Amino acid sequence: MELNSYTLATLKHGEKGIIQSVDASDPQVQRLMVLGLVEGAEIEHASTAIGGDPIEFRLFGCGISLRQEHARFFQVAPVVAGD
Amino acid sequence: MTKPSEIRISAGEIAVRRGAEARIAVVGSPNSGKSTLFNRLTGLKQRIGNYPGVTVERHVGTLSFDGKKTELIDLPGTHSLSAHSLEEQIAVDVILGRMEGSSAPDGILAVLDATNLYQGLFLLQQLIELQMPMVVALTMSDAAAQSGIDIDLDALSQAVGGVKICSVVATTGAGLAKLRAAITELQDRPAFQDITVWPELTEAAKKLQSRSNDELSATECKRLLIDGVTERNQSFTAGLDGDVVGFLEELRDDLFAGEPPLAIEARIRYDWVRDTLNTVQRSVPKLQSWRTGITTFLNQPIAGTVGLFIVMAVVFQAVFAWATPIMDFIDGVAGSLGSTVAATLGDGAFSSLIADGIIAGVGSVIIFLPQILILFLFIILLEDSGYLARAAYLMDRTMRSVGLSGQSIIPMISSFACAVPGIMATRVIPSRRDRIATIMAAPFMTCSARLPVYALLIAAFVPEDRVGFMNLQGLVLFGLYIFGIVMGILTALLMRKTALRGPKPPFALMLPEFRRPNVQTVLIQLLGRVKVFLYRAGTVIFTVAVVVWALAYFPRSQIIGTEVEKQRQTATYSLSGEQLAAEYERIDHVAAAAQLEQSWLGRAGKTVEPLFRPLGWDWRVSAAVIAGFPAREVVIAVLGTVYAVGDEADDATLSGRLKASTWANGSPVFTLPMVIGLLIFYACCLQCAATLAVIRRETNTWRWPVFAWVYMTSIGYVGALLAFQLGSG
Repeated sequence: MELNSYTLATLKHGEKGIIQSVDASDPQVQRLMVLGLVEGAEIEHASTAIGGDPIEFRLFGCGISLRQEHARFFQVAPVVAGD
Repeated sequence: MTKPSEIRISAGEIAVRRGAEARIAVVGSPNSGKSTLFNRLTGLKQRIGNYPGVTVERHVGTLSFDGKKTELIDLPGTHSLSAHSLEEQIAVDVILGRMEGSSAPDGILAVLDATNLYQGLFLLQQLIELQMPMVVALTMSDAAAQSGIDIDLDALSQAVGGVKICSVVATTGAGLAKLRAAITELQDRPAFQDITVWPELTEAAKKLQSRSNDELSATECKRLLIDGVTERNQSFTAGLDGDVVGFLEELRDDLFAGEPPLAIEARIRYDWVRDTLNTVQRSVPKLQSWRTGITTFLNQPIAGTVGLFIVMAVVFQAVFAWATPIMDFIDGVAGSLGSTVAATLGDGAFSSLIADGIIAGVGSVIIFLPQILILFLFIILLEDSGYLARAAYLMDRTMRSVGLSGQSIIPMISSFACAVPGIMATRVIPSRRDRIATIMAAPFMTCSARLPVYALLIAAFVPEDRVGFMNLQGLVLFGLYIFGIVMGILTALLMRKTALRGPKPPFALMLPEFRRPNVQTVLIQLLGRVKVFLYRAGTVIFTVAVVVWALAYFPRSQIIGTEVEKQRQTATYSLSGEQLAAEYERIDHVAAAAQLEQSWLGRAGKTVEPLFRPLGWDWRVSAAVIAGFPAREVVIAVLGTVYAVGDEADDATLSGRLKASTWANGSPVFTLPMVIGLLIFYACCLQCAATLAVIRRETNTWRWPVFAWVYMTSIGYVGALLAFQLGSG
């Protein structure tokens, strides 16, 4: 499965993905789930701050920023443009 | 354990409820436009207080419709009923009626942002499970429509069990009349159906409720099942039987099978949210053109960061440049008012009290109102436009390198206006270590009360040369702001390396779209700040001005009085006309200086002078600094009073008088090294009783305010000492 290699941290600028699975053991990750970062949500990489961290994503039209270290816990399936 | 069915109403509550027929809690996520809507609905009929035991502001307003009154309580923004920060906890406690001294509200006004229904529906679903009378206000429906979001209100209402939904535009007022009517109708407790999103939870909650012999409400059971027994809900779980707690743990094991409950809750609820969105909302939101432009620009990391610094520089330049004409005007008015009063009332204690005490003292503080207004205006605009959240995002990496998170940037930027709201704003920071480190750093930020001292000394002692697009005065002021930031950051770093060592703080931040700030909301907030400032000027500063005047005026020396009479007599023999008048004036000034020197304030200043002598301060500066410990802006008032009498009084302006003041040997007191030292002292020293009190309340111990005071005062003293000694050496 190529799934494992894609996480929110590997999405590039302008790329979209759908969250496939979340490693929820970290309480900070649970907090992000409460904000809507759960399996099935479509998410787009919008920008990064200086140095590539934190990353801003768009989730149902809303901006949400998270750090690289947390973005790794979210595995995504990339959405190819035109799908 | 109090039964939820019991009605608990305190005496204070009865007073609040008089006249209002229902109490409605206004609930919504941060940035949902909740406060704008609240201001729209209640206008100026609102009171700001605090929740018992915490410093979270409690905004209560009255809504009148059709002759009926409804009381609205604006709660802190929350994303979920499983509270994460102190502010969220308070919102949840009020909704559930757990807040000490107040019963649960009679209903809920849920505020949802039409452009962010995804997160809004998550919270709404939790609220619906409470089965309290409810109405939903869908804000920013104009922005949603412009972005191509088409929401089917009927379908949405149906999806959430028939709750009434009012689409509003808080900025223009569209839809507000309907919403007012709907809120007022909540008094009749309109019914709606429960939506069972999570049947397993409802089932488990029922079992738990019957095991507790109905001591817990269904809602409390649900929250307990999700949150477990934690420190946060101790207040109502403390009285539970061990047996019930054991049963609770059993139920939780069945429900979650070892998975984190919050994760399970999020998965189940957002599944429902996505399904619901599919039926009620068509089209994917896209950005409006002007927003896209700003966002594209700020999405470039370097441009965004450079932009942040430009914004800050413009704010500080504006504070200094724009306010000057208005300040000169106020200065002129206060000056002529003082001399008119002195001329009308003649000599004597009363005339001196009015002219030198009250007008000079309070006037020299009121003069800074324009600067404070401009500063607060910018901070409110930046916050309301959503820019402060972006600043937190941009600065996160930098803040992390000093052991804080981007979230600390908002309290710090607020502290530029005043450390008190800044320290209060630390409540959004979930980690306690992180929060205290931020609280220790916040008072170093240059607050609006430091501004008067900086402004006075800079205007008097820094030349007005131009350096690039700023003048040297503006540059020095900017430098002082940077100095405060550096000191604050070093302090935070030091704290995180020593007393507050711990894991890296978490960070998750919603980045709201840029929006045009609403004029009414901005004005209401600005008015609130002005009121606080004028109230302080009218009470604390007025009192201090009068006390300081009295200390500077009394006791009156008879010997000096007699000496003055003698000299005047002598003068009349040899002089006449203008020369005589000039001689009279000279004698009066010398006498006033002598009186001041032997007054209580003069004696106090002289007593502490040896301590401050190594900093190059004379007894007058020392006296002013001592008087400024309760509130630093008082220093200006004291200097105004102290220098209104004595031989420097010839100069019309306070800065002129400071320049003219000399030591006994004729050398000036205010040399450059001394002024730099004084500025450093003010940049560091914690001269603010209100800040100490708020640190005490926020940290719940005297340890931190005492530490902060000693730490900051020592740094200020040493800094001023070094500046003077090295500069003069």
